[in-house]
Amino acid sequence: MNRLFLTALAAGFMLSGAAAAEVRAFTGATLIPIDGPEIADGVLVIEDGQIRAVGARDAVRVPRAAEVVELASGSVIMPGIVDTHSHVGEVSGADRSAPIQPEARALDSVNIRSSGIKRALAGGITSVNVMPGSGHLISGQTIYLKLRDGDQIMDLVYRFEDGSPAGGLKMANGTNPIGEPPFPGTRAKSAALARAAYIKAQEYSEKVAGAEDEKDKPARDLGMEALGEVLSGKRMVHFHSHRHDDLLTAIRLRDEFGFRMVLHHTSEAWRVADQIAAADVPVSLIMIDSPGGKLEALHLESKSAPALEQAGARVAFHTDDWITDSRYFLRMAALGVRAGMTREAALVAMTQAGADMLDLGDRVGSLSPGKDADFVILSGDPFSVYTRVQQTWVEGEKRFDLADPDDRLVAEGGFNALSDDDGAGHIHGQGPHQLHFGRGAGQ
Amino acid sequence: MSIFRTVRTLSAALAFVAAGAAVGQDLAVRAGTLHTGTGEAISDGVVLIKGGLISAVGSADRIDIPEGLELIEAAVATPGLIDARSTVGLSGAMNQPHDQDQLERSDAMQPELRAIDAYNPRERLVEWLREHGVTTVHTGHGPGEIISGQTLIAKTAGETVDEAVFEPVAALSATLGQGATGHARKSPGNRSKAVAMLREQLIKAREYQKKLNRNDDDKPGPARDLGLEILAGVLDKEMPLVIEVHRHSDIMTALRLADEFDFDLVLAGAADAHLLLDEIKAAEVPVILHPTMSRAWGGSDMANFSFTTAAKLIEAGIPVALQSGYEGYVPKTRVVLFEAGILMGYGVEPSRALEMITLAPARILGIDDRVGSLEVGKHGDLALFDGDPFEYTTHVVGTIIEGRRVSSVRR
Repeated sequence: MNRLFLTALAAGFMLSGAAAAEVRAFTGATLIPIDGPEIADGVLVIEDGQIRAVGARDAVRVPRAAEVVELASGSVIMPGIVDTHSHVGEVSGADRSAPIQPEARALDSVNIRSSGIKRALAGGITSVNVMPGSGHLISGQTIYLKLRDGDQIMDLVYRFEDGSPAGGLKMANGTNPIGEPPFPGTRAKSAALARAAYIKAQEYSEKVAGAEDEKDKPARDLGMEALGEVLSGKRMVHFHSHRHDDLLTAIRLRDEFGFRMVLHHTSEAWRVADQIAAADVPVSLIMIDSPGGKLEALHLESKSAPALEQAGARVAFHTDDWITDSRYFLRMAALGVRAGMTREAALVAMTQAGADMLDLGDRVGSLSPGKDADFVILSGDPFSVYTRVQQTWVEGEKRFDLADPDDRLVAEGGFNALSDDDGAGHIHGQGPHQLHFGRGAGQ
Repeated sequence: MSIFRTVRTLSAALAFVAAGAAVGQDLAVRAGTLHTGTGEAISDGVVLIKGGLISAVGSADRIDIPEGLELIEAAVATPGLIDARSTVGLSGAMNQPHDQDQLERSDAMQPELRAIDAYNPRERLVEWLREHGVTTVHTGHGPGEIISGQTLIAKTAGETVDEAVFEPVAALSATLGQGATGHARKSPGNRSKAVAMLREQLIKAREYQKKLNRNDDDKPGPARDLGLEILAGVLDKEMPLVIEVHRHSDIMTALRLADEFDFDLVLAGAADAHLLLDEIKAAEVPVILHPTMSRAWGGSDMANFSFTTAAKLIEAGIPVALQSGYEGYVPKTRVVLFEAGILMGYGVEPSRALEMITLAPARILGIDDRVGSLEVGKHGDLALFDGDPFEYTTHVVGTIIEGRRVSSVRR
């Protein structure tokens, strides 16, 4: 399933300095490895930015060269959180000129110095799918970021096997993409426009594949190329959808064109949980503190989380930051447990499930030897309101430390913690205020 | 500081509305842990409610539950929660033009707008708060204009406005800073102009007040002006001016205005309050703090908000309550129970956090003689839980208003 790997070239960009090459052993915490049962008083050994060993204190040999970090009693270590849907970094995508713009790349707009990226780290997030908004049927290509240190976007991107930046394609149905022409006016028109685009892309891909030489190829079309990557299975569709019938429409489109898809938000998933599970489509959920705010979220219920789990569907959570703040990702999963999801499923939903939905599942998502040393140190139980994120590590480097005054400011706010250019979301030339009173909004 | 007093200048019609909610009932509540809001929690505590009012509170050892009285048991019980400032009932869950009555955009100052004329007690968001243990809500016109209108205080049960509302005119809602200028009109276009307009209106209200109070039977009184009537009530300290204000300079403006016109001020939102602890303390002004999980971005008036402000205000001895505030999108309302819970990670003791959504707002709103704690003579309003009220994975299992169980869902 995993279509990503680290090219030697990419590795050169990423591993900055000797720090990551050191061997460290974290002892005394309860480990939540995800790929196995919790380990009380465990040891986590990391080396060269990767996880080397995980186990009980008496079962893991700590290398002599290792720097041993003895953690406070009650500490918990879990894998770095994977946020499958976020708008940190003032990301944009398509503009208002047309409802279908697969050529627009989130890559070209993300501000990696935004306070949003720092807030994500303060929340324990180490991998994030940064997406354009939902005011279009197709609003552009998403970008998968590893929240390592870097000077520019290319330092943070995950990569496909061919070395190109990895991401999915953002689609939406329901009320958000509906508007004045050239935007669709109804749901049926929305589906028809999306289908027409994929039919065109099928033809384009066939022409490219059938071309005998360069001369024979069709003129290059960036949008068709992106849709071609969806049709070939390289690029995952991340589909914003809320109402029960819209969810099934998205599945119908997927089945017609054979693309790979994750359903996002899914306010009414509890109404069609069995159908979602039967269609074997993974779901990335958001938990919201009250219903409504838009018509298609009127029947939003956190019971979607246990309903999907019980139906056998694969479930992850996301922040949709700025709809919910990245600093509260753990709370999202706790609300799933409050609604009746099992702890085990909620832990997977923050980590391995999300990693799988981004095709990153064999690099991140669990504390497994050989995986990236992305992990979070918590002061206590992941689902407790009394717990704080103490440290966030990415590829063996400490990226957030509550004991550091600057990091603490990001974690708690105040005193210009938010940078002036933090537009906090996918904005079309206005502040989020405008965005969320008008059309083209996120959640 | 107790602020609310009955507004004498209002028309008699309001008196009908003030008559209050449905008749209270008799009930006993027994809880493994009973948080009364006045001192230590009681282990295995009992609350007896008679005719909707609390008749006894204490340990189960000392209170006999009368035979035949309906008894509700829960692991944990607290006073009914109070949302210190909201717009629910005027703002609805659908977020369509027809269910958004919290802000009238036609003019910068409309103190004559009554909340009772727009409050929908059957609104889903009111029910949502009720299901989360909120029994009393201070709601009405929201932020967004210099003076957007009046607020009311309601119980979250009742099917008509008369049944639900128990203070028809609680306060006048005002806004300063970015929030007062975010409209399509030319004026007010900036902070100075907004404050100048407000001062001019308050001066007019003072003149109006003088004319009203002139005991001269020969001269007719001033032509009745619904807006100035209410502003005069503010100047008479019959109701507070609740000013939504965030930036430090705008908070100082609010304090300056309260000094100049001698009205009772309540700061609402107050994102920068942590920068002005001494000034707010010296002015003896209470704060209805923004929701803990507020969203802000660089450049907004709220960009300096902090999860630690509540702890700092408490430490400074400034009266502080939490609000659900106004939300323009998703989620359409916040829930003060959740907003208080977040404070567990940021230096606020559980008992103080509970106070911020019970007794503290009751005091700030001047209704602590009736609600806010479990004491004999007060309303029999309770929230029931199956564990620590603030823990993420605990549930609200029931809500009681004046001895009636008004919610049985598990949230």
